[in-house]
Amino acid sequence: MSEKKGFFQRLRERLNKGDSVLTRDLSELLPGSGPPDEETLEEIETRLLMADVGVSATQQIMDGLHERLDRKALSDREQLLAGLEAEIRAILDPVDAPLEPVHEGDGPFVILVVGVNGSGKTTTIGKLARRYRDEGRSVMLAAGDSFRAAAVEQLQTWGERNDVPVIAHATGADSAAVAHDAVQSASSRGVDVLLIDTAGRLHTQSGLMDELRKVKRVITRVMPDAPHEVLLVLDGSTGQNAIAQAREFNQAVTLTGLAVTKLDGSAKGGVLLAVARELGVPVRFIGIGESAEDLDVFRSEDFSRALISSES
Amino acid sequence: MFKGLSERIGSTLDRVKGRGRLSEDNIKETLREVRMALLEADVALPVVKEFISQVRARAVGQEVLKSLTPGQALVKVVNDELVRIMGENREPLNFRGRPPVVILLAGLQGAGKTTSAAKLARHLMEAEKKKVALVSTDVRRPAAIEQLETLSGEIGAGFYRAAEGTAPKKIADQAMDFARKQHADVLIVDTAGRLHIDEELMQEVQDIHAAVEPLETLFVVDAMTGQDAARSAAAFGEALPLTGVILTKADGDARGGAALSVRQVTGKPIKFMGVGEKTDALEPFHPDRVASRILGMGDVLSLVDEVQSKVDKEKADKLGRKLKKGKGFSLNDFRDQLEQMQNMGGVGALLDKLPGAGKLPPGAASQFDDKTISRQVAIINSMTKEERRKPAVINGSRKRRIAQGSGVQVQDVNKLLKQFTQAQKMMRKMGKKGGMKKMMRGLQGKMPPGMGFPGQ
Repeated sequence: MSEKKGFFQRLRERLNKGDSVLTRDLSELLPGSGPPDEETLEEIETRLLMADVGVSATQQIMDGLHERLDRKALSDREQLLAGLEAEIRAILDPVDAPLEPVHEGDGPFVILVVGVNGSGKTTTIGKLARRYRDEGRSVMLAAGDSFRAAAVEQLQTWGERNDVPVIAHATGADSAAVAHDAVQSASSRGVDVLLIDTAGRLHTQSGLMDELRKVKRVITRVMPDAPHEVLLVLDGSTGQNAIAQAREFNQAVTLTGLAVTKLDGSAKGGVLLAVARELGVPVRFIGIGESAEDLDVFRSEDFSRALISSES
Repeated sequence: MFKGLSERIGSTLDRVKGRGRLSEDNIKETLREVRMALLEADVALPVVKEFISQVRARAVGQEVLKSLTPGQALVKVVNDELVRIMGENREPLNFRGRPPVVILLAGLQGAGKTTSAAKLARHLMEAEKKKVALVSTDVRRPAAIEQLETLSGEIGAGFYRAAEGTAPKKIADQAMDFARKQHADVLIVDTAGRLHIDEELMQEVQDIHAAVEPLETLFVVDAMTGQDAARSAAAFGEALPLTGVILTKADGDARGGAALSVRQVTGKPIKFMGVGEKTDALEPFHPDRVASRILGMGDVLSLVDEVQSKVDKEKADKLGRKLKKGKGFSLNDFRDQLEQMQNMGGVGALLDKLPGAGKLPPGAASQFDDKTISRQVAIINSMTKEERRKPAVINGSRKRRIAQGSGVQVQDVNKLLKQFTQAQKMMRKMGKKGGMKKMMRGLQGKMPPGMGFPGQ
């Protein structure tokens, strides 16, 4: 439990630089008592938009606040903050579903990691490898990005650092073949968790999306109930295009989870709300820093609280 | 799908009194729609606010209010203003210095610096005939140096590889010596991705900058970035004397509001945009195209480019000659067309780029999805040569055989034959009046005339 609290504090710190992004300085605007005026509500709307929450999700939250105001449920500052938090949690609670990487029966728990270029797939895999290994599971990595120069080497370095085997073919090899070999090898070696990397691809490149479908099909051919998790890695500083990314990847390979990275920048990851509202795919992990511990399980309560409350 | 600005303003004007007229009274509401459109396109809010006030100043002027179609006039003002701001002070790269002239790339993690370094090198080698050397000072991301080394090898540029454990600034120093000895015209220095709030790393890139004294310091930014584009651009702009911007991953379907944010905040021109994975996928920035994407007005010019680059010209010419000679349009030709459509990412991808496509009834686009196309191609492939030439011979038993061969139902075969007959009729018309050219002209004129969709 103490570790979890540590992460929450880091989360709050990094998302807000010690203060709350949505409500910072709002106290100046807000009288201690009495309902918020138009100006205050407009300010909240502005901050939601500036956190990449997007027009539709912001609209939903603001409609909720107005509705509360109408039934006199926003009579002071505390109620306003609580109302805001409740509206945010209404969107985020449904996607709070941590991943349990345990495969019942023979064979590994297979995680296929997908995403656009530069979203942080390989780094996320490296951190997950470390996490699962520290939890006492045996882990294997598959270097399925055979397109980008030195992507295989990048994953191999992560493997070496964490003392985890990496299945790789030469650059330019068929990524479905790498996945195939990796599932076989992980099964015969009795590995617990297999993480399969894929090349970054824009969701609009139909040829590359077909290739991804093929990778998934090949995995299923070797192991009928695999992959057990198809994880989309989203860059937390992405704007509203994240919705299109999630939708297209979901259509191609049926996503079961999201990992949102790079939330330690000045981006607030509000796009997470936009994507959650639109697709409802569980958010498994959020990344708030460079070190392996900085990738942690997403909890709606923590995240909403970190966005809103100025005290923990 | 996002609503385009024209639609938004159109429906606002419909709602307000004095239908279709823009007045001092209702301009506020109309501008709110402009604001929403820009926010949906990820333009940063402070930039939106500034932009709106500029547009307001022009919009309340005579030009818009007196126009008979004020909605369109306002859209034009917004569009022109976007193009003006994003395209201002565009200058070519500066090489006016003693060689090796240095280009420094900086930006956040995953923005696409390393790929851009290789693309830029190739562009300078091919278009400017420069001798280029590259170096990576990214000692943080595993295999980042190997990545640039491999790419340099692919494009045939020089690459400086420092000894393991050399500090970034030192690597940059040594690379300068290397480039001098190689008589390189240009040295491109790639840097590690860093967060603008990481003081230590921002200091590091400032040190590298001081060591190599670049003539060009380019901020590399992902076109899909959200509101943060303005904040990070501002921070990089404060830390480094930026001279320009490279907008990456602009080949996706992001509305690209980051382009406007970064342009406004840094005041520096966007010099290039990355439009694909290969090292040749770097283009000069086109402010007009990005403007119409931001406004959701479709990207007709890119569409024309794409059609021109992906349509197999030889096959198209062959078909053209055939039609001219008055010869029939066969199922083989139909299949070629279907396949070319597939090459362009299916009709859905094309529709997305067309203005007004958002207005299509839902389901209209899905009639043309990739699967349907591949199924149609499979049906044609299951026919004999004779059947493809003379579809009239296809009777009931042949239909059953074709359906079985391609794994579809007989009614799918019927549907395809019906579509083919329609296409044949259209081709006959086009063959008569040099229709192909007309159609292309139609595309460039933004709205394909009479563009109809079968089944509607």
